[in-house]
Amino acid sequence: MSFPHFAALFRPSQFFGIRGGVHPETRKHLSSESPIEDMPIPTLLRVPLQQHIGAEAEPLVRRDDLVVKGQLIGRARGPVSANIHAPTSGRVIAVGHFAAPHPSGLPIPTITIRTDGQDSWGPRLGRLRPENATPEEIAAKVAEAGIVGMGGATFPSAVKLNLRAKYDLHTLVINGAECEPYLTCDDRLMRERAEEIADGVGIMARALGVAQIVVAIESNKAEAISAMQRFDRALDIPLRVQVVPTQYPMGSEKHLVKILTGRETPARALTADLGVVVHNAATAHAVHLAVRYGEPLLSRVVTVSGRAVRRPANVRVLIGTPVSEVIAHCDGYAEEPDRLLLGGPMMGQPIQNPRVPVVKGTSGILALTRAETPGLDTMPCIRCGRCAQACPVGLTPFELNARIQSEDLEGAGRIGLLDCITCGCCSFTCPSNIPLVQTIHYAKGKLAEAEGRRHQQEETKRLAAARKAREEAAAEAKRQMMAKRKAEMEARKQREAAAPPPPPPAQAMAQPGGAAQ
Amino acid sequence: MTAPLIISGPHTHTLFTVSRTMLTVSAALAPATLFGLWMFGWPAIFLFLVTVASAWLFEVACLRVAGKPVARFAGDGSAILTGWLVAMTLPPYAPWWLGGTGSAIAIVIAKHLFGGLGQNLFNPAMVARAMLLIALPVHMTTWVAPVGLPEGPGFLDGLAITFAGSQEFDAVSSASTLSHIKSQIGAGATMSEIAPDLAGLEARLIGLVPGSLGETSTILLLLGGIALMALRIVTPVIPLSVLGTLAGLSALASTLAPDRFAPPLLHLTSGSTMLCAFFIATDYVTSPVTAMGKFVYGVAIGALVFVIRTWGSFPEGVAFAVLLMNACTPLIETYVRPRVFGRTRTGKPLPVKARAPRGGKR
Repeated sequence: MSFPHFAALFRPSQFFGIRGGVHPETRKHLSSESPIEDMPIPTLLRVPLQQHIGAEAEPLVRRDDLVVKGQLIGRARGPVSANIHAPTSGRVIAVGHFAAPHPSGLPIPTITIRTDGQDSWGPRLGRLRPENATPEEIAAKVAEAGIVGMGGATFPSAVKLNLRAKYDLHTLVINGAECEPYLTCDDRLMRERAEEIADGVGIMARALGVAQIVVAIESNKAEAISAMQRFDRALDIPLRVQVVPTQYPMGSEKHLVKILTGRETPARALTADLGVVVHNAATAHAVHLAVRYGEPLLSRVVTVSGRAVRRPANVRVLIGTPVSEVIAHCDGYAEEPDRLLLGGPMMGQPIQNPRVPVVKGTSGILALTRAETPGLDTMPCIRCGRCAQACPVGLTPFELNARIQSEDLEGAGRIGLLDCITCGCCSFTCPSNIPLVQTIHYAKGKLAEAEGRRHQQEETKRLAAARKAREEAAAEAKRQMMAKRKAEMEARKQREAAAPPPPPPAQAMAQPGGAAQ
Repeated sequence: MTAPLIISGPHTHTLFTVSRTMLTVSAALAPATLFGLWMFGWPAIFLFLVTVASAWLFEVACLRVAGKPVARFAGDGSAILTGWLVAMTLPPYAPWWLGGTGSAIAIVIAKHLFGGLGQNLFNPAMVARAMLLIALPVHMTTWVAPVGLPEGPGFLDGLAITFAGSQEFDAVSSASTLSHIKSQIGAGATMSEIAPDLAGLEARLIGLVPGSLGETSTILLLLGGIALMALRIVTPVIPLSVLGTLAGLSALASTLAPDRFAPPLLHLTSGSTMLCAFFIATDYVTSPVTAMGKFVYGVAIGALVFVIRTWGSFPEGVAFAVLLMNACTPLIETYVRPRVFGRTRTGKPLPVKARAPRGGKR
């Protein structure tokens, strides 16, 4: 037992939050008091085969197939991928491409289902008794249910649950910070389904083999905090609710771990290197449903908000429901929105086409009015340093911007371009309204492209070198073969020439060839 | 670069803007300025108006020549603020062309020749002050006693002083605190001999001493500075390090040789110490951005002010100290950088500490 470290006893960060960060108007009151409601089954569901980080799932159904609720329609492909299930019963009317819920709106492989309104379940996944199940069984069940990180990162959860094989883990952190303005879906879920979340948390903790659980909730969610505080153990693993300051980007994984443990995750490393794994609260709920009831991930809670929406609400929506239908369910628009976002206003993505589907990582649908998204003129940088003060990573965004604008990507890389978590604090706080994080996005894309090209070049070079080596080896072998044959011929000739008298020197001549054999 | 605007967040923004920043700084400067205008009367008021108005006109002209959107930039308040700061540093009875020249130097040379808003290496107001001080030392050091608006020259006399260079009004010309000390110590007097001639501490705090138009009232400038810090327009790092270093060095020097050096309170309450610490040295454009850089910058300014005031040939060294450190700002920024999350100060990733292995799981 080591003596507790002084830094662990007094951590100013617990009271003052993370370095930098901003305090945008949260506007959570718009939807925070609306209980989660179930949305009626829409007539069409468009289920993309890629709703997660990693490889796209492989479709298992064809046009005109009948599917039942919970049926596997897309199988995970490769180690980092996720299963896709039919969210309700109906008929597959297309396995093709449809616009992605992404700013590009580019078509991606999508299974379109015409629902039959029966909502009839097929066979459920086999249930587990987590108290007796092995960690591997739990992780396999989570993988089978197609659960991904529901905070927005959409990393396949099972992969994260298997981290115990490689890392020495001691703490599971449940991220209930929900630091993005407007969003209230995790808040509502924790208020209304605390017991189920606690159970799911316990199951995950068991799979990870950790000794303790910390549920981190921002201080502005008093009810969620008291709801979760009713539990001090989950599956007999000690659970503690930790209130964290309300500050954006508190929900950033590495920053949350810093607040909770006082330890900073090294650059390019994972929080697992510190023995900590972070999962989202909604993910815990999905794990509970999968393990206890054998329900795959078929729906999720989405916050529908923004002043352009007539009735802001928290809605449980089937995966694949078109965004426009969810808005219609909330009584449509009160006024013409300036922009439509998936996710929160800080990191959310604007969409052009309202018919794109809700996917596993969609935490919010925001229709913002012009007044909510002040579009100010961009002024020159006055070096006020607000961006550097706000940056939770400790970068100097104005310098990054200057270097990127002069196409000096390498220079930008030297001052931390790739350490940027694109939280958007810099752009939010800039009095000149310079699109800093947007420029950084652009540069990261450029850098990735260059990296890809470099990788490709190197790979080509490597392959060419390998081929050359192979050819040389073949030529060398051939040459040796020729030389050997020549020597043999030579030897035979000499033998034949000196055949009548048995000559001892000829045998000595044949010696090298013989040795090669 | 228009495409990224729509494809990524944030889709919300703080209400803080450049023009608001400029407006707040102006508001914080206002009490000390109004006090100066009242104490020095009509000539000061005319000089102030001429300087600010000409700064704005030069700004508009430069924007037009540079082909920048005049309406957007001329309304941001930065040129007004620059002209304002130039006026604050001028002797109150200075002729109108001194103010106009100061504005021209500040706006045309120091700001727009470097590329306009945000691009200038040197603080425009300090460039103007330093150039005027070197080129026109007599005009720049002709001080008058503050007698108050009602006692001073009337409206017409004021016009005559500012615009016609009239010497008719019998202004009580006198030396500023710092120039008095400089000349007396230079003549071989000791501090204890000079002390009785100097204005009292209250007079220096309130501003009842001869000096530049807007630099006399220590207390009002201090209040304005505190307001700026409270409103988070400036961080306290630069003001505290400038004032702290100046006070520390002068305390040390006056303890070691009380006869040859002015005491710290005198340094803090005379000349443009307060204006410099809160409004000049904290200029965004020309000071380092990071807290550590600001500290280095502030300490160096404080030390330079002390050195120039004590051993330099000018009684006041603020302008030179600030300009010297402005030149060092890029250097400071290159070497003093914030630590990046998950990295050491040198930019290497933090070491992944191995925990005690548990049950051979590694």
